[in-house]
Amino acid sequence: MKLTVEGLNSHYGPAHILFDIGFDVGEGEVVALLGRNGAGKSTTFRSIVGLVAQRSGRIMFEGKDVSAKPTHEIVRDGLGYVPEERRIFTDLTVEENLEVGRQPKRPNAPHWTREKLFALFPNLGEMKNRPGGRMSGGEQQMLTIARTLMGNPSLVLLDEPSEGLSPKIVEQMVDAILTMKKEGVSIVVSEQNLHFARLISDRAYIIERGRICFGGTMAELDARPDIRDAHLSL
Amino acid sequence: MAFYVVQFLTGLASAASLFLVASGLSIIFGVTRIVNFAHGAFYMIGAYIAFTLTERFSGAFGFWGGVVVAALAVALIGVLVEMVLLRRIYHAPELFQLLGTFGLTLMVEDLVVLIWGPDDLVGRRAPGFKGAVDFFGQNIPSYDLFLIVLGPVVLGILWLLFQRTRWGVLVRAATQDRDMVAALGVNQKWLFTSVFAVGVFLAALGGALQIPRDAVHHAMDLRIIVEVFVVVVIGGLGSIVGAFVAAVLVSELNAFGILIFPKISIILVFLVMAVVLIVRPWGLFGKPEAAARKTPGLTVNPWRPLTSNERLAALAALVVAAMLPLFAGNYALTVGSEIAIFVIFAVSLHFLMSVGGLASFGHAAYFGLGAYGVAFLAKMAGLPMIVCLLLGPLLGCMGAAVFGFFAVQLSGVYFAMLTLAFAQIVWSIAFQWVGVTGGDNGILGIWPEKWAASPSHFYWLALGVAALVTIALRIAVFSPFGYALRATRDSVLRSEAVGINAKRIQWTAFVIAGTTAGIGGALFAYLKGSVFPDNLGISLSVDALVMVLLGGVETVSGAVIGAIVYKALNIWLVSQTDLSKLVLGGFIVLIVVVFPKGIVGMLEILAQRRRKSSPPGSSLLAKPIESAE
Repeated sequence: MKLTVEGLNSHYGPAHILFDIGFDVGEGEVVALLGRNGAGKSTTFRSIVGLVAQRSGRIMFEGKDVSAKPTHEIVRDGLGYVPEERRIFTDLTVEENLEVGRQPKRPNAPHWTREKLFALFPNLGEMKNRPGGRMSGGEQQMLTIARTLMGNPSLVLLDEPSEGLSPKIVEQMVDAILTMKKEGVSIVVSEQNLHFARLISDRAYIIERGRICFGGTMAELDARPDIRDAHLSL
Repeated sequence: MAFYVVQFLTGLASAASLFLVASGLSIIFGVTRIVNFAHGAFYMIGAYIAFTLTERFSGAFGFWGGVVVAALAVALIGVLVEMVLLRRIYHAPELFQLLGTFGLTLMVEDLVVLIWGPDDLVGRRAPGFKGAVDFFGQNIPSYDLFLIVLGPVVLGILWLLFQRTRWGVLVRAATQDRDMVAALGVNQKWLFTSVFAVGVFLAALGGALQIPRDAVHHAMDLRIIVEVFVVVVIGGLGSIVGAFVAAVLVSELNAFGILIFPKISIILVFLVMAVVLIVRPWGLFGKPEAAARKTPGLTVNPWRPLTSNERLAALAALVVAAMLPLFAGNYALTVGSEIAIFVIFAVSLHFLMSVGGLASFGHAAYFGLGAYGVAFLAKMAGLPMIVCLLLGPLLGCMGAAVFGFFAVQLSGVYFAMLTLAFAQIVWSIAFQWVGVTGGDNGILGIWPEKWAASPSHFYWLALGVAALVTIALRIAVFSPFGYALRATRDSVLRSEAVGINAKRIQWTAFVIAGTTAGIGGALFAYLKGSVFPDNLGISLSVDALVMVLLGGVETVSGAVIGAIVYKALNIWLVSQTDLSKLVLGGFIVLIVVVFPKGIVGMLEILAQRRRKSSPPGSSLLAKPIESAE
């Protein structure tokens, strides 16, 4: 397994947010984490990369337990994270944003260069020197993914990549994710949009109120419309 | 004409060091969000070490090498400080960071005296820049010309460093979003350490380069830090270009201010700063900050008025205190009076900073103004004591009304820096305007009238006023005004949304706190029989902060306990050791790092634990709520 999460519990202050979350991701697989707003998708991702201080549980990445490591070490091990809010450095240019994400080559992961990323996201190549603050939402979404890929991750946590994007940009996003998969990057993508998830994912988990309540292939999910209707808004 | 040109060039030369120190402060703040009060101390150590090295090693290489090595050595000290102290307080509220680094400054002041002695040290001239250049009959030291060139060169180097290197890109990214930088695999710890090292290097270089111009002495840290605070408030914290422009502006204002107001040259800088703050509160080149972290806010315990039992206990304590003259001697009574006066001072600051969320670093200004008010009325107008005591604090009130108006336009660290700068301005006026204030000699012979002259009578007077003031401010905390003030503290936006005029409420609180401090100062003048500029000085302002902190920032009346414990400790300490600043500084650092909740705060936690274990029902209320962020 590429990534195995077991018994993950997280708290914000006195509030218990995640309850015994567990899921796994195979080598080169694309797994969707589906759930409504506030179900705990983002908190799951933030907990995995160590951005939530109060968390417990086991997070095995490439066979090693990374749950005790600080964020930057987890990321340097090859576990990339793309936040939902995008968090572009607005004062920095596109090229400088990419530079912040740059990490050395990794033997077991595809190597991304600026040129390769500009080929994947042609819009970015046309605005290398534009400050991040003067880009559209879709362009920022591309930049935040490209920035994480500059770290040559072997697995990426993609938090709601289709949120708030126009249908045309969503199409580009699907192509980009499929290209990443083809290159060999394992991906966990959190989504509210089942149609989008179906286009890219091999398997899916459903999270509701901080608990995993379904896990299986996309076909298995389609066979259970009751679960789909109870936990996802379509 | 030539004279004015020379004056202008002198100003430019002074700007160089100021710019180096201010840019270092700005860079550190940008990434770590810490306003490094110890920056002046690093500047001073840089000057001292450079002095020693340039004396030891002769020749041009000895001098320039000494300057650079001194700056590098201080940067190394800075790295140690960052790793040992700052890493522990990055997540603390900004007040604790300011105080912690101030404690460090105090320690350094005693250490340099211990190592280099108390006398001014006059350093070597710079080899190659010993002479002067003739300019239409006026002399310009060639070293000044060197400094004039150096400023823009350093600005250029910094620009290249931040725009053209990976380190610079990372620093700029971290300035905007530290967590995201970590989430891209960058080790924040070392990024912070390296930024701190660069900032300290610049400060120390600024200090080292001053030795051919100025004597090295152990008070140069406070003088530069106040100027630097003024520079970053004008230029905008976090902007290097802003630091450069403002450093030039402030230096020129100083250079020409002397010609216009020879007695009180600092007035001109103040006027310009006031204008900038009204037009652009975040500085000429700064950016409006998002709402800063709240000053108190480790946890928020719901405040409540005292229960009747607690009221009885407080009354009993007051009665016991009032019986002190029955068994204590005159010295103990004088100490008792002084402690009572400092209780007034501490509760006034507590009102501003815990209730209002406005941590003033220059509260002594209003204490001292009250004292000077009494001195003017008693000595010049010859008014009776009662009238002086009633009218004297009005000077504190007026000072607070003027400065408070500007100060409440800002919040957080800007507020702290601005109040400090204001206090220093008042101090400079008291110090420079010898004709009116007596300057350093102060105003002597302000003695109480017969009815209050004996130590026991004066003690009862001070104790009674302290009790009244404490009660009055407590009532204010639980009055509608207090609710409104606390609302502006917790969220300015939300309080304005329910119709509270936040700025006016805060301004009123500032004036109340300033007037109350003035009452303390008025009594203090009679207790000591004299007033001096030190009554408005920074160290007194910090004493008040430490008292509030020691008692517990988040408590309603911890300041009373904090004032009693701290003042007693302080008086005892000064009688025991010459290194009181070293001990005191270490003490402050210790409180900040180990006991951030203070004495009363700790007691409350203990009481809560006990309460929590007996009735399990109210656990939700007893649990500390994390500050919402």
